[in-house]
Amino acid sequence: MAERKHTLSVLVENTPGALARIAGLFSGRGFNIDSLCVAETLDPTLSHLTLVTYGDDLIIEQIIKQLRRLVDVYKVVDVTEEGEFVEREMALIKVRAEKETRAEVLRMCDIFRCKVVDVSPKTYTIEVTGPQSKLQAVIELLKPIGIKEIVRTGVIAMKREKKSL
Amino acid sequence: MGKVMTGAQMIVEALKREGVDVIFGYPGGAVIDIYDELYKTPEIKHVLVRHEQGATHAADGYARSTGRVGVCLVTSGPGATNTVTGIATAYMDSIPIVILTGQVPTKLIGNDAFQEVDITGITRPCTKHNFLVKRTEDLPRILRAAFHIARTGRPGPVLVDLPKDVQQGKAEFYWPEDLKLRSYHPVYDPHPRQVERAYRLLESSTRPVILVGGGVIASGAHEEVKELAERLNIPVTMTLMGLGGFPGTHPQSLGMLGMHGTYYANMAVANSDLILAVGARFDDRVTGKVDAFAPMAKIIHIDIDPTSIQKNVRVDVPIVGDCKRVLEKLLEIVKEVGRPEKIWREQFKEWWEQIEIWKKRYPLSYKQEGEYIKPQFVIEKLYELTKGEAIITTEVGQNQMWAAQYYKFDKPRTLITSGGLGTMGFGFPAAIGAQMGNPDKMVIDIAGDGSIQMNIQEMATAMEQGLPVKVIILNNGYLGMVRQWQELFYERRYSAVKFQVTPDFVKLAEAYGALGLRATKIEEVEPVLKQALESDRLTLVDIHIAPEEGVFPMVPAGRATTEMILV
Ligand SMILES: Cc1ncc(C[n+]2csc(CCOP(=O)(O)OP(=O)(O)O)c2C)c(N)n1
Ligand SMILES: [Mg+2]
Repeated sequence: MAERKHTLSVLVENTPGALARIAGLFSGRGFNIDSLCVAETLDPTLSHLTLVTYGDDLIIEQIIKQLRRLVDVYKVVDVTEEGEFVEREMALIKVRAEKETRAEVLRMCDIFRCKVVDVSPKTYTIEVTGPQSKLQAVIELLKPIGIKEIVRTGVIAMKREKKSL
Repeated sequence: MGKVMTGAQMIVEALKREGVDVIFGYPGGAVIDIYDELYKTPEIKHVLVRHEQGATHAADGYARSTGRVGVCLVTSGPGATNTVTGIATAYMDSIPIVILTGQVPTKLIGNDAFQEVDITGITRPCTKHNFLVKRTEDLPRILRAAFHIARTGRPGPVLVDLPKDVQQGKAEFYWPEDLKLRSYHPVYDPHPRQVERAYRLLESSTRPVILVGGGVIASGAHEEVKELAERLNIPVTMTLMGLGGFPGTHPQSLGMLGMHGTYYANMAVANSDLILAVGARFDDRVTGKVDAFAPMAKIIHIDIDPTSIQKNVRVDVPIVGDCKRVLEKLLEIVKEVGRPEKIWREQFKEWWEQIEIWKKRYPLSYKQEGEYIKPQFVIEKLYELTKGEAIITTEVGQNQMWAAQYYKFDKPRTLITSGGLGTMGFGFPAAIGAQMGNPDKMVIDIAGDGSIQMNIQEMATAMEQGLPVKVIILNNGYLGMVRQWQELFYERRYSAVKFQVTPDFVKLAEAYGALGLRATKIEEVEPVLKQALESDRLTLVDIHIAPEEGVFPMVPAGRATTEMILV
C-alpha cells in the first residue's frame, strides 16, 4: 500500500501530560511525525495540535484511532481526507547577504513575497510564509547563496469553508 | 458548602464512595497521611503485601475474579517503580485497577528529591490514563474520574500520583456524582447496519467459527455467546483470555486456539469461511503468521476498542461496541428473521463432520506412562477433584499452557492468567487477590518452580490474612517453556534454564507457617491433592513432574497455525 502524507488536526485537553502522551504514542508504536505544531485555542482549556505524518492507509487509520483512544484527546480530523484545506508554514531563514548577493536575495524576497526581518552586515534574516511547496522552493533557491540557519514552525492547516450554496 | 477535609481524608472518602472494600498496599513516607486515615477506617480492609508488585497483581486478581475495580496504594519512588510490572500486566489484559502512588511535595517535584520518581511519565505507555494531582480540591473529581475510566470502555489500569502536600492540604469536598469527561466517550451501542451485515454473513456462511476473547468476559457476554452458538450451531474456540467465556465442556467447544491451541481449533479457524470474533484482538500468539491466517475467511470483529479492529488482520465487518450489547442486537435479528434451527443445522452439517474428523485425528492427549508424573495428569486430577469449580490462577510458562489445555473452564472469571504480558510471578499474588474477593471459593495457583519464586514472599501475606490459597507447583526443575524452545529450535542447548539451587518448597512452606506437601510418585498425586484441597490454610504442593515434558500441539512462532508440531 502506498504511503501518503496526512495532516491531522487534533484538539486535546490543555493538561500537562497530554502532549507527552501523544508524542509517546508515536514513538512507542513506531509511527512517523514530520512536524508538530501546538498552541492554545479560543477555549484556553483546549490545545490545538497540527500533526503531519505519513504512512499507508492502514497505518493512518491506526494513528487516528489510537489518538482518539487517548482520554485527553477531544477531536481528531484528518484534514487531508476532508476535501480542500489551506495549509501554511512559516520559516525564518538566515541567509548570507554580502555585497554581491544582497540584491539577489532582495529580488527573491520580492518574487516570493518574503519579508526581511533582521539585517546584519553579513546576513539577512527572511521570513517566508506559505504552503510547504513554497517554503521548499525558497529554500532551494537560497541554498546556492548560502543559508546559515533555518527555523521552521511546522505546518498548520484548516479546512476550507464550502463556497457554493 | 462541602465539608472541609484534608486531602488524605478526601482520598479515603472517595474510596468509600466508590465502594472499595479492600486495598492492597505497602506504606512509606509519601503515603503515611493516607495510612493514618485508613487506620481510622475499618470499613476498608488493607492487605499489607510484602512487595509492591504483589499489591498490583493482587488488585488485578481481585478485579479479574470479581469484575470490580482493584485498588492498590504504594509510596513514592521505589514503591511506585515496583508497581510497573503489575500495571503493565493489567494494561495488556485490559483489567480495571486503580493505583495510588505517593509523590514528593509539589514544590519539590523535578528536584530529584528523596524518593522522587516521575511515575506518571514512567507509566504513561502502560496505563489507560494517569493523573498527577496538583491541588487538594481536585482530588474528588480526579479520583472519581480514575475509577470511571478504569472500569468503563475497554477497561484498564489508571494511576493517580498524590504529592504529599496535596494529601495534607485542606479543601471542601465536592463529589461529582455525574461526572462529565468531554473527551472520553466509549462507544457501547453498535451501528445497527453493521450488525445486520454480520447476520447476513452468518446466513451465507458454510464454515463459520466463533472466536471468543477476553472482551466476552470483561463485558459479561458469555450467556449471549452461548445462546448464539447454540441457536446457530456454530463451533466456538477461545483465546487464552477468552477461556471460560464459553463452557469448555460444551459439545460445541473446540478449546483454545493459537500457539498451544488444539489441533482442531486451529484447523477449524484455518479452514473457516467466516470468523465471528468477539472481544479478541488477534494477537500474534493467536494468528501465527498473519498472512497465512484463515485465508478463506471473512471476518466480523466485535470490539469496544476501535484500535483493536483492523490492527493485525483485515476485517470485513467491523463492529465497535460492547460485546454483550452487540450480541444482544445480533440475537434480536436472529429471532426476528426466525430461521428454523433445523436449517442452521443443515447448513453447517458438513462443517461439523469435518471438525469431528479433526477432533478424532488429534485430540488433546498425553500418556501417563513410565515413572514420571505427567503435568497434564495432575491438572486433570485437579479438575476432577474440584469438579471444575475452582478459580484457577496460573504462573507463566508450560504450567500456564497445561492449565489452559487440561482444566476445562466452564464459567467466566475462573481462569486468571497473565495473557498479554506473560508475567512470571503473577499467579500467586493474583490468587491472594482472588481469594480476598471470593472468600467462599477454592482458589488455586497452578505454578512453575521458576515463576513461584518470583513472588514467593507473598506467602507471608496469605498467612497473615488467613487465606487458604492452594499453590500447585508443577516442578520440572527447569524454566520449562524456555527449555522447550531450546529443545525444539536451539538443538537442545539448554542455556540458563536449569536452577542449580532450588529451595525445599515443603520446608519453605513450613517456615511461613503454611502447609507443605510433596508428590514424587504417580500414586501420590491424588492423595496429596486431596489433602491440599481439604486444608484450610495456605498450602504449597510440590509435585515433581516429568522434567522434559513438552507442551503440544505447538505452532512455532511466526509460522502458520496449520504448521503445528503434534506429539
Ligand atoms: C518476568 C518474566 N521473566 C521471564 C520470562 C520468560 N519466561 C517465559 S516462561 C519461562 C519459564 C518459566 O519457568 P517455570 O515457572 O518453572 O514454568 P515451566 O515453564 O517450567 O512450567 C520464562 C523464563 C517471563 N515470562 N516473565
Ligand atoms: Mg519449571
